[in-house]
Amino acid sequence: MGLELKNLYDDFRDGNTIKAYAKIIKEDAKKLKNQINIMEVCGGHTHTIMKYGLPQLLPSNIKFIHGPGCPVCIMPKERIDHAYVLSMVEDVILVTLGDMIKVPGSNGSLQDARSRGSDVRFVYSPLECLKIANENPTKKIIFFAIGFETTTPMTAALLDAVIKKDIKNIFFHINHVTVPEVMRELIDSRDEHVDSYNNKIDAFLGPSHVSVISGSKIYEEFPRDYNRLVVVSGFEPVDVMQAISMIVKQFIEGRCELEIEYKRLVTYDGNLKAQELIERYFDKRDLFKWRGLGNIPKSGLKLKPEFKEYDAEIIYKDILPIGEIEDHKLCICGDILRGMANPPECTIFGTACKPTSPIGSCMVSSEGACAAYYKYGNLR
Amino acid sequence: MCLSIPSKVVKIDKENEVATVDTMGVQREASLSLMSQEDIKIGDYVLLHIGFVMNKIDEAEALDSLEIYKEIIDAMNEEDRQMAILEADECPNRGE
Repeated sequence: MGLELKNLYDDFRDGNTIKAYAKIIKEDAKKLKNQINIMEVCGGHTHTIMKYGLPQLLPSNIKFIHGPGCPVCIMPKERIDHAYVLSMVEDVILVTLGDMIKVPGSNGSLQDARSRGSDVRFVYSPLECLKIANENPTKKIIFFAIGFETTTPMTAALLDAVIKKDIKNIFFHINHVTVPEVMRELIDSRDEHVDSYNNKIDAFLGPSHVSVISGSKIYEEFPRDYNRLVVVSGFEPVDVMQAISMIVKQFIEGRCELEIEYKRLVTYDGNLKAQELIERYFDKRDLFKWRGLGNIPKSGLKLKPEFKEYDAEIIYKDILPIGEIEDHKLCICGDILRGMANPPECTIFGTACKPTSPIGSCMVSSEGACAAYYKYGNLR
Repeated sequence: MCLSIPSKVVKIDKENEVATVDTMGVQREASLSLMSQEDIKIGDYVLLHIGFVMNKIDEAEALDSLEIYKEIIDAMNEEDRQMAILEADECPNRGE
């Protein structure tokens, strides 16, 4: 039988397959000595887990801990304020991906900036910057770049095109972040608190599309150095159930390994051309502040010094605000991003903080844990 | 943010490194600048994300997965049938 496009959608969402895996997991889980806590690092997985009600299909000794992997949710106010200030510059058009529309900074969101007269454009693809730059030769186009390894090569490809075409009016404000560094930080910071929280991360569901770019190799250290197994999983509900089944089997067989469930798209090495592009244009920052998690070493990227003429952070450094900004006092996004609390435990969840009027970042993005809980109901 | 979509390649413009892809009946263009030239052919299934082809879908691997799913469903159905037979065997009103 050949593969049809339809298979790639329908068959990985098939209810009977989900049920069959639920049954296998239930049987296997009877052999588990202890409860297993699985952290799904990525907001895309959180969304799938909540949307399809997967926790209800699993035995009580398998728990999810929602991770911080939503680039919008972890964007600190300081960076959004940068975007806001840049958008207010007279001859600047600030361009970013649609996910950033509603994220609140200390002066409001980029949507608010637009209603106050700035020129902010929300695009589907970074490549739209080329068209905007061409249509507005007297303006400076600043691309506010966000995302994990998944979207980093696209920013690099845009810069590559800008250099090759010798375009003089496109600049970059880089906010790309990396997954392994935050996983390391979560393990280190949580292991100190395990007794009080009783939610040690036992296993990770590795983000699908980060590994399409970076390969599964970026997680090698977790089974080896941290005794945490990782299964790289696709985003469809069948993928997630299969990955959970693989995790449970590792536990009952006494293994702790890095495995790939999402074999149709992920290899050990990943997309080497995309990795080359990232290497060519980006360096690691010493520190990058994550909303709710604080500064994490080597977890963010910046343009290499030789591309400083394209770096909006350097060009506009005199007007970009510095200094730390506190998050909203009532919002517990920080604990949620660390997997220390679930959204309903927040006093403003669903009342003062809703997707239509988000106070915390986890409510802003559809991939945020709070937004997923709000939309699909609290299942546990 | 990261939810990319499987699509099928229907046209390739090598010179501009652009593919036309079909996503469930909708056609659009996607950059091939993250792919090696020889990687992508017409008829390939690819993953599309924010205007770029991120990677090619490995058809053999996808079919393998679907085969595994078929097997576990068959096993589940077989088990359910056996259970139903057992339950019927224990039916107290048999023969009445």
